Amino acid sequence: MAYSSSLDGTRYRFDDLRTLLAAASPARSGDSLAGLGARSDAERVAARYALADLPLRHILDTAMVPYESDDVTRLIVDSHDTVAFAPIAHLTVGGFRDWLLSHAADEATLAAIAPGVTPEMAAAASKLMRNQDLIRVASKIRVVTRFRNTIGLRGTLASRLQPNHPTDDMRGIAVSTLDGLLYGTGDAVIGVNPATDSVENGIALLDMLDQVRSQYGIPTQTCVLTHVTNTIEIIARGGAVDLVFQSIAGTEDANRSFGVSLAVLREAQDAALSLRRGTLGDNVMYFETGQGAALSAGAHHGIDQQTVEARAYAVARAFRPLLVNTVVGFIGPEYLYDGKQIIRAGLEDHFCAKLLGVPMGCDVCYTNHAEADQDDMDGLMTLLTVAGVNFLIVVPGADDVMLSYQSLSFHDMLTLRGLFGVGPAPEFADWLDRMDMRDTDGRMRLLDPQHGRLARLASPHG
Amino acid sequence: MVEVAPAADLPGDPWASLRDATRARIGLRRTGDAQVLDDVLAFQHAHARARDAVHAALDGAALARAVAPHPSLQVRSLALDRPTYLRRPDLGRRPDLASLAALSQLAATTSPPDVAFVAGDGLSAVAVQRHAARLFHACLLRLHGWRVAPLVIATQARVALADEVGAALGASLVVVMIGERPGLSVADSLGVYLTWAPRAGRRDAERNCVSNIHEPDGLGIEAAADRIAWLMNAARRLQLTGVGLKDASPPLSGDGQRVRLSP
Repeated sequence: MAYSSSLDGTRYRFDDLRTLLAAASPARSGDSLAGLGARSDAERVAARYALADLPLRHILDTAMVPYESDDVTRLIVDSHDTVAFAPIAHLTVGGFRDWLLSHAADEATLAAIAPGVTPEMAAAASKLMRNQDLIRVASKIRVVTRFRNTIGLRGTLASRLQPNHPTDDMRGIAVSTLDGLLYGTGDAVIGVNPATDSVENGIALLDMLDQVRSQYGIPTQTCVLTHVTNTIEIIARGGAVDLVFQSIAGTEDANRSFGVSLAVLREAQDAALSLRRGTLGDNVMYFETGQGAALSAGAHHGIDQQTVEARAYAVARAFRPLLVNTVVGFIGPEYLYDGKQIIRAGLEDHFCAKLLGVPMGCDVCYTNHAEADQDDMDGLMTLLTVAGVNFLIVVPGADDVMLSYQSLSFHDMLTLRGLFGVGPAPEFADWLDRMDMRDTDGRMRLLDPQHGRLARLASPHG
Repeated sequence: MVEVAPAADLPGDPWASLRDATRARIGLRRTGDAQVLDDVLAFQHAHARARDAVHAALDGAALARAVAPHPSLQVRSLALDRPTYLRRPDLGRRPDLASLAALSQLAATTSPPDVAFVAGDGLSAVAVQRHAARLFHACLLRLHGWRVAPLVIATQARVALADEVGAALGASLVVVMIGERPGLSVADSLGVYLTWAPRAGRRDAERNCVSNIHEPDGLGIEAAADRIAWLMNAARRLQLTGVGLKDASPPLSGDGQRVRLSP
């Protein structure tokens, strides 16, 4: 069906819901690349007026990709909770935006409606929201998960320690891990992107990380971010798998381009659960997503990149993950051109995920061909912390020497803790105190690598 | 050259004995919660170098002189300038009309080559300017019996632009040398992609790649040329490139788990 609205005597027509949602989106390079999005700023606002008047129920009833041909659509439709949806079923998209910002929509209320919210509803509402709205609503929501510690509690901000090395050198990874631990980071996960994506290499890396974790009794989890099929094989061969990692996207075709299906993800989740390695909980999945992933695979089905990204969170939600993060600035300037677009997308992704009940974190990052720099990252990390993001990724000196892009530094995590009074996961914070790594003000001591019992980590045979 | 690890070699540096394990920026100093200014400026210097490499223009005439007496031909993509190139990878994959005409004219006057080499600026013209001519010569020395087309020098070019170049010249194989996305520690890394039976629409899975070519820390020119020549001979024997050559090609990069595109 077609939609229309008039502004200043000009009538704007939008052929279908995909077109309308794309036109209502804030401008970004990926939608232009796909031939989507508003052709003028006036058309963009006209699309927002038209979108604001649509009933949420109409969004629910309009499949973006046909039910018959896409398993993500089937997942969204089949898992929709009509009881949870009932309190908001009478609202338009515009009414939903206003209600989300109202004081009536408190933490408990938002948690109750989450199973009734579809990705397309969340995306539609986000297009009618300014950045402060995305921050304000997300900050009301908490999504708490557990494996060996508790992530997502109010007053906390966790971090993924990412000690990548260009050739997977064990000592190089251990040294970067030590550096991060001395800054009190790594409570979300100590997670390595392997340079060589093989089962043997994955087992060796996991073995090293697990030894470090168990030797020092660190209440956290480790992960090698290899393909899910490798992880299944690693589990079968007795590898020390805490979490199953996989990149996911918002359509069946895009997931196929990643070499995954819902069935494979389920198989991997079952395998990880069978190990019973979590001491506090059984959230065993870790997903990464990012705007532009579906388009880069030619599998976006004419959907704007922010809406199709939100559909990936429906996939994530079905597997009760411990961690999810958008790799927001990583995919490149053809999708998010500059700091402004990266910051907006980071806030959108976080808001949509949280509204759906997904434990969202973020890799606050950019590549060297994007119009962005560390000043933009300072902005996004601050805004996301205010918005209550579950965790952020940190690497030594913000410079990932394996993936060749810039993220946040260990120092940035200390800065956010100092600015906002947020701390690591409580179990991890207790460990830091047992190791005498924090002073009486709760600040990380300035420790050298020969500090106490951690020193063995840095020894050549450590 | 600038130090990659900014705090290295300071007297009394407690991390001194660990810095040989990684070029990551480990053991940075702190003032309050922040990095000290020296480390901040070293990072900004590295970022500036990477950005300048992205935005540098390829000097095609200089590259042509460097490969002489082997003939060469200059082409350009449909992306008119760098901002367009960065936003529109689809335009960077297509030669413009004048370039296609020049390629057709060349093809009409010579017999089809076995291989066409393309030097494309990609995301680092610096890498191409610095390494492409030497790598091309090193490959030629290993390609006895191959009919090699004039070197095609391409600006605002993506990897797939070589598909149409190779098709226009009637080449059996196209080998594109292209600047990889600069990182903070390496801004001049060259990547090489081989595509059998090039034509528009070839997918990345139908290519083989030799990446991380730069000196002294990456894959050296001579080693890269060995690898490329080996792949070329294997491609000619099997009449294909891509996953069919997978077992013999270098290990796949593990960041396949993140969407990272070829230049």
